This record gives sequence, C-alpha cells and structure tokens, in this order.
Amino acid sequence: MVKQEVTLTNETGLHARPASLFVKEASKFTADITVEKDGKEYNAKSIMGVLSMGAAKGDTITIKAEGSDAEEAVEALAKLIKDNFNE
Amino acid sequence: MKAIGTSAGIALGKVLVYKEAEIKIEKKTIDDLEGEIERLDTAIEQGIKELENLYEETLENIGEEEAEIFNAHKMMIQDPEYIDGIKGKIKEEKVNVEWALKEVTDQYVSLFENIDDEYLRERALDLKDISQRLIRILYGIEGNDLRNIKEESIIVAEDLVPSDTAQMDKDKVIGIVTELGGRTSHTSIMARSLEIPAVAGVKDITNIAKNGDFMIVDGSKGIVLINPSQDEVEFYQREKEKYEEFKQQTRQMKGKESISKDGVKVEIAANIGTPKDVDNVIENDGEGVGLYRTEFLYMDNDRLPTEDEQFEAYKVVAERLEGKPIVIRTLDVGGDKDIPYLELPKEMNPFLGYRAIRLCLDRRDIFKTQLRALLRASAYGNIKIMFPMISNIQEVREAKRILEEAKEELRKENIPFNEDIEVGIMVEIPSVAIHSDIFAREVDFFSIGTNDLIQYTLAVDRGNQEISHLYNQYDPAVLRLIKMTIDNGHKAGIWVGMCGEAAGDEKLIPVLLGMGLDEFSMNPASILKARYIISNTSKKEVEGMLDEILSLPTAEDVERYIDENIIGK
Repeated sequence: MVKQEVTLTNETGLHARPASLFVKEASKFTADITVEKDGKEYNAKSIMGVLSMGAAKGDTITIKAEGSDAEEAVEALAKLIKDNFNE
Repeated sequence: MKAIGTSAGIALGKVLVYKEAEIKIEKKTIDDLEGEIERLDTAIEQGIKELENLYEETLENIGEEEAEIFNAHKMMIQDPEYIDGIKGKIKEEKVNVEWALKEVTDQYVSLFENIDDEYLRERALDLKDISQRLIRILYGIEGNDLRNIKEESIIVAEDLVPSDTAQMDKDKVIGIVTELGGRTSHTSIMARSLEIPAVAGVKDITNIAKNGDFMIVDGSKGIVLINPSQDEVEFYQREKEKYEEFKQQTRQMKGKESISKDGVKVEIAANIGTPKDVDNVIENDGEGVGLYRTEFLYMDNDRLPTEDEQFEAYKVVAERLEGKPIVIRTLDVGGDKDIPYLELPKEMNPFLGYRAIRLCLDRRDIFKTQLRALLRASAYGNIKIMFPMISNIQEVREAKRILEEAKEELRKENIPFNEDIEVGIMVEIPSVAIHSDIFAREVDFFSIGTNDLIQYTLAVDRGNQEISHLYNQYDPAVLRLIKMTIDNGHKAGIWVGMCGEAAGDEKLIPVLLGMGLDEFSMNPASILKARYIISNTSKKEVEGMLDEILSLPTAEDVERYIDENIIGK
C-alpha cells in the first residue's frame, strides 16, 4: 500500500469544486483509493464520501491506495492538493 | 413579514403554493434480491438520461453555472459509496429498493445537515432531489413541476430544488418566497441570475399563504405582504417602477467607462472591508478599490495578525483585481473602533485621541509589520498605500520614513515589491485640507474622508443621535474645504479622490465632478448608479455654478440649489 500525508491549504478545503475535482482525479485510476481523516476512512472515488469527511483548510489527511497504479494515484492526488486545486 | 431578501426587485401578484407530492414509501420483505438490485440499476440508468437532458435544457435556457448542477447530480446518482450503501441494505435486510434508498438517503441528509456548513446543507438538498427522482422512476410517477403555470404567479414553497427551477416557466414566475435558504442557496442564486425578486427564510409561509392570495414581494428589503391594503399596493407599484427604471439605467452602464457628458473621464471605485467583498466590486463593475479597510484583520482576531496573514489578504485582492488600482489604508483603530487585545486606554474624547496613524507611529512593531505585508503584496497588483488621520506634516514624513525602512529590509532579504508604490494620505482633518498645498508636495495622492472631515469641521460627533441634525454633508464650509483640497492637489500635479459616504451621494456626485474630483470611491452597490449620474452631467456646466454654491449660507440652501439647478434639470 502507498500512502502520503498532506495538509489542505486552499480556502474551501475539500468542498465544492475542489471535492469534485478530487473525486474525478481519483476515478481515473484503477487502484482502490481511500482518504483518512481523524482515524476514519472514506472512499476517494465517492463525492459523498469525500464530502462527508468535511475536510477544511488546515486539516491534514492521509491518501492511501492499493493496486497497480497506486503510486501514480497518490502522487496525482497529493499534487492536486499541494497546487491548491489551481484555485 | 420580514425575512432575507435574496434577489432584488419588487413583485405584486397572485400566490401559487408549490408542494412536492408526498410519496409514501412502504417497507417490504423481498425474496428476489438480484431482481431488486437490477431495478435499482435500471432506475439509475433512467435517472442519468433524465439528468443529461436537464443539463442540455438548462444550458440552453438559463446558463452554464445552473446546468453544472445537473452534472453534479449525475456524479451523485452514480456515487459508489451511496449506491453500494443502498445495495448493501437490500441484501442484508432483504428489503425493497425504495425503502433502502430512503434509509440511506436520510442518513446522508442528516449527516450533511448537521454539519455547520452552508455548502453541505445545499448538498443535502441535492441529495433529496436525486432520491426523489429515483423514487419517482421506481414507482413510475409523473413529476409535479412548474412547467405549466397558467398565469403570472409568485411561487411560495418550502424550498425549490434544481430540477424545479430548471423546468420552471420563467415568464410566468414573477416572484419566489421560500421557507428555507439564504443568500447563497440554490434558489437565491438562480433567482438573481434570472432577475426574479425573491425572499427566503419566511417561516411557515406555505401554510400561511393560500393559492390565489394577493402578495407583494420586496426582494431588496426582504419584505413579504399578504393581501395588502390599497395604500400598500400603490406604494409598492411606485417602488417597482422606480426599481425598474434604476435597473435599466444601470444595466446600460456595465462595461462602460465613467465619462461625463462633456467628455471628462473619472474613476469610480469601491470601498471594501474584506477580500470577499471583491466579488461585489467585480459584479458591479468597479474600476478599482479606493478604500480597502484593513481593520477586519485585526478586529476578527484575538491577537495581532502576522505579516504572512496580512500579505495573503492583500495579495488575494491585488491578484483578483488584475492591475486595477487598490488603495489600502493602514490600520485605523481607536475612536469608535476598539481592538480589545490592544488594551487601548478609555479616553474622554476618543475621536480626538490615540488612534489610527498616531497609534501606528507609537507602536512601530505593528505598523512595520503591516507595511512589509503591503509592500510584499505590491508585487502582485496595483497597490497604493494610504495613511489615515494625518494632522500634520511630521506625521507624513515619519510614516514615509518607516515605509522606507521596510523597503530597505525587503531589498536586503531579496523579496520583490513595487519600488514605485504610490503613497497618499486621507484628508479628513481640517488642518490638512487648509494646508493641502503643502501636504501635496509630500505625497502621490489625496483621498478625502468626508465622514470624519464633516465631524471635525462641524464639531459634531457623528454617532450622537441628539445632534445628528447638525451633521450635514451639504454644509458649505465642508464643501469649501473639499474644493480647496482638490484645487491644491491638482496644482501640485497629484490626483484627488474621495472615499467617504459623500462620494456615493446622488446629489453631491455632480458637484464633486464639477470641482474636478478624479476618483469616487463608494459602496459597490452604488457604482453603476454613480456612473449613470456622471455620464448625464456636464462638468463644465456644474463648474460654472460652483462660485454660487459655495457662497450659499446654509446646507439647506445648497441642497435646494442642487435639487433645482442640477438634479431637476
């Protein structure tokens, strides 16, 4: 399993447009991808999962992936967050 | 009834109470679980098709932003977590798909509704919308919709979901009143983009109002009247006409330059208090920001904001305004604006006391931090720095000296900033207006702060109700000081703006134009109206009346003169 910890620095956090961009990006990969926040795991390919996580600016989350393209998936999602979703 | 006005304008008409048909969902035990799951998959497929059609329809009839909602719905209706949750429930509890769908939806809805976040509450509404769609498909029921409204109506509902508004006959819906929602809810955003007057947050209105009742909706003030008196109807008829005239005048001003009838160009800018206000500036076509009050950074906090926090707040505004001028005023506290953690002493005369630049020149640590943040942000847009509450030349020189120190520090640290950043002062103390020929040599611009200038010139505390009648912006002595400041600024070759309430006053705008004011900075909502007034005023003509205006004995005379000779014409 590949995992990486990232802190949200964009204004909206994982809401609205960023949440939907995140899910769309995750859905491009075949790996099983989850996001962990405060000990709870959420499906990264599910908009409902990502929204119910309620991650805001300043929160730290862990992206985990398992599968053939796990490494690329984690890299791409972490980059999206670090680039502030190009806000 | 008074609630939240969410879309400006006034509507008078008949009520149509719109309620979603209640579908009763029964729990059943199912043996053929595979068949049940297949029913769900078929319903989802059908739902996707409907949503795709709605997307196309909305894109054509309303706009991309509205249509995008149905793309989001499409994502939700196929959401793995949601769908697997429903399927799991069917399998585990051997229940019918409708029941499982209802249970899982309710779980998410209450999850979203219980988080204190307007955006998630909106998603709860989306979720209800898509689950309604699926239930309708599963039961084979035709949807209740707003497609075939017979006559012009004011829609009264608990709230409207995107599918309602997308299919709504926009020519027949003249107003919307809802029990739920706020300024940023879906219904409100849609109402604004269709320019339909709307009021939200009216408790229990779907039970109070009946079909066919006569209703008045004032979306600007958030007022709803049911079966009003004849007087009220007449009053609001007139208000409606006024509003429509105003809308027409201002609409044609969007995207235009601010040029007087005789070809003199001025700048109409906005006063803002937080980076969020930039939305309003852009929406109202402001040509820049003439006053960015930085107090909010200090007041909404329990400690001093750091240099980085300030830098971010200034930079966002600079970038979003893409090169348009932004005048940022350094910390202006004291007087009526207190910051508890600074523990400022209580004073007998706070407006004449330890405040604004006086405090900053004393607390250099606070001042220097802000100046560094401002300079750093100046690399990202057209920022100008303005010092408030200047009363003598030494203060200007001292403030500029500290600014030079900050520049020198940044140079040493190799941090980029605009070397030629403009520096100006607020002219709000009579001594500066009187001595403005000398002050003009020290700075790049003046901005006249009329709120304080009036209070200091007339010795009237502007917060004291007992003497509020003495506070008057048409006072000839105040107008003379303004004229003197503008003339002296121009003689020295610097520009002169105004950021007090007077700059947005419909009657004073022509007079200020006549005096040669270069920049008018006001509440964003007044910008288009001001541009309309300017474009219908001849600067030369008003210039010719100035001697007469400034020789009038009282403020009432001035106001009457303007009414009769400028506005009335």
